[in-house]
Amino acid sequence: MKGERAVTASPVLPVLLPAAERMARTALRERANGAPLLRLRAAHGIALLVTFAVGCALAQSQVLPANPSILETIWKWTPLLARGFVFNLAISFVAMALGTIAGLFLGYAQISLLPPVRKAAWFATHFFRNAPWLVLLFYCMFLLPFEVTIFGVTIPIPDWTKATLGLALPVMANVSEIVRGAIQSIPTTQWEAAASLAFNRRQTMWMIILPQCIKRMLPPWMNLYAILTMATVLASIVGVNEMMTLTQRALSAENRPGLLLAFYSYVLLWFFVYCYPIARWTVRLERRYAVNQ
Amino acid sequence: MPSAGEAGAGAARSAMHESRPIVELHDVHQAFGDVEVLKGVSFEVAKGGVVCIIGPSGSGKSTLLRCINGLIPIKSGTIRVADFDVHTLVTDRQKIALRKEVSMVFQQYNLFPHKTALENVMMAPIHVLNEKRDEVRERAIALLTKVGLAAKRDAYPGELSGGQQQRVAIARSLAMRPEVMLFDEVTAALDPETVKEVLNTIRALAREGMTCILVTHEMRFAREIADEVLFTDGGTIVESGAPAELFDRPRKERTKAFLSQIL
Repeated sequence: MKGERAVTASPVLPVLLPAAERMARTALRERANGAPLLRLRAAHGIALLVTFAVGCALAQSQVLPANPSILETIWKWTPLLARGFVFNLAISFVAMALGTIAGLFLGYAQISLLPPVRKAAWFATHFFRNAPWLVLLFYCMFLLPFEVTIFGVTIPIPDWTKATLGLALPVMANVSEIVRGAIQSIPTTQWEAAASLAFNRRQTMWMIILPQCIKRMLPPWMNLYAILTMATVLASIVGVNEMMTLTQRALSAENRPGLLLAFYSYVLLWFFVYCYPIARWTVRLERRYAVNQ
Repeated sequence: MPSAGEAGAGAARSAMHESRPIVELHDVHQAFGDVEVLKGVSFEVAKGGVVCIIGPSGSGKSTLLRCINGLIPIKSGTIRVADFDVHTLVTDRQKIALRKEVSMVFQQYNLFPHKTALENVMMAPIHVLNEKRDEVRERAIALLTKVGLAAKRDAYPGELSGGQQQRVAIARSLAMRPEVMLFDEVTAALDPETVKEVLNTIRALAREGMTCILVTHEMRFAREIADEVLFTDGGTIVESGAPAELFDRPRKERTKAFLSQIL
């Protein structure tokens, strides 16, 4: 691979080697992942906290004597924002579940022995992976009907369902690539060994290849989940009542421009607190599996 | 074309079993793209016979083995193993039937890393031959005992040394009770000390009358256990014969040159 070659071909500055090696490894992983890896660090959290504190201080200096303090105001709105956040999480769970199930099939289809199946799966994967998430979201919002009538029964399709579907599409495409990448990362010698023990293709896949893939798929899958969670705020643009929408409502209800920085960095903090442990855990899993390979 | 009749011990042993060779290759050609790898290879192996294939790297030895168990299809010629005409097998089902009779051990062991040693040995008989788990387990433990690894049955491949992994791989192949065993440079990736334990395992197998075809660089071992040695170069069999003959009195210049390089 290109990255590995870059490492071995630069013995001129040995001091740089540790960093070069690490960067090459990250590049390799990101190439396998097909997207930049989300690497939340504690420093990011601290930066956020500082922003939040600065925002609060700035806002506090503009507070009229009669009004409640900034922290009190934020605290007042927190239950509502929390309800919005729970909604974000619900969307992320459902989108992740749907996208993962569909993505597993799509990824499996990408290595089908039948060329038409393989090509169609490849096209679907790359179409949904490269389309902007927001565009997919708009498509789902405005192309899906707001209700369907089956056998005289009218079933409404609420906006958040459509938004969830819209987010599940890129998840599906990314999971599809993760599956394909993991299966193809298993050495062909495993296939050979299985074949010479008279396993058929399906047995080889389910008993020998896929079990080895799971640990390779887990870190990028968790990474994808963290990205999805942060992308759920996109649903605010199409009018779903999640945290971002509620924050805007709270801001317009307060009608004080000084609150902007404090409120939005507060929302960011919520997401950071939720995603940071996932990111740390992903890194740990990656390290563990890298050692065991 | 060398026949089993010339191959001393092999001929004597085969006469006791049956006269028809168990493996028969005739004028096998194989190419990867424009590169011809095998240019008309013919040989036979009698039942219970041990044939060693030697020769420089890139002479098509490993490809030859993979053709015999149908991992690689051939361009022309015929390959027969037991009752299977390997060159005519097309579907997965047909190839699977063949591979139940012909098992292969690889240079890089290729154990399944997510299964313990015992599970590695048990998997194929249970899922491919549909045998009862308890019976397979007993047989698998016996096989691991035979290769001297009964104590390591619950270890994962990553916890075993190269030589131990290779012996598990041999036990795994034997668990299928094949008619023919193919060994593809099984000691090439091992350090000198562990080579011996693997060779001892193969030696014991050969003595029991298992039909073995080995690609090997262990000349001393080949001389000791082979009924017939084939020297290949450039995709053809340059010379073949009983080990004593081929090693001590090579007829062809190419063989002499090769042997003088490595002996």
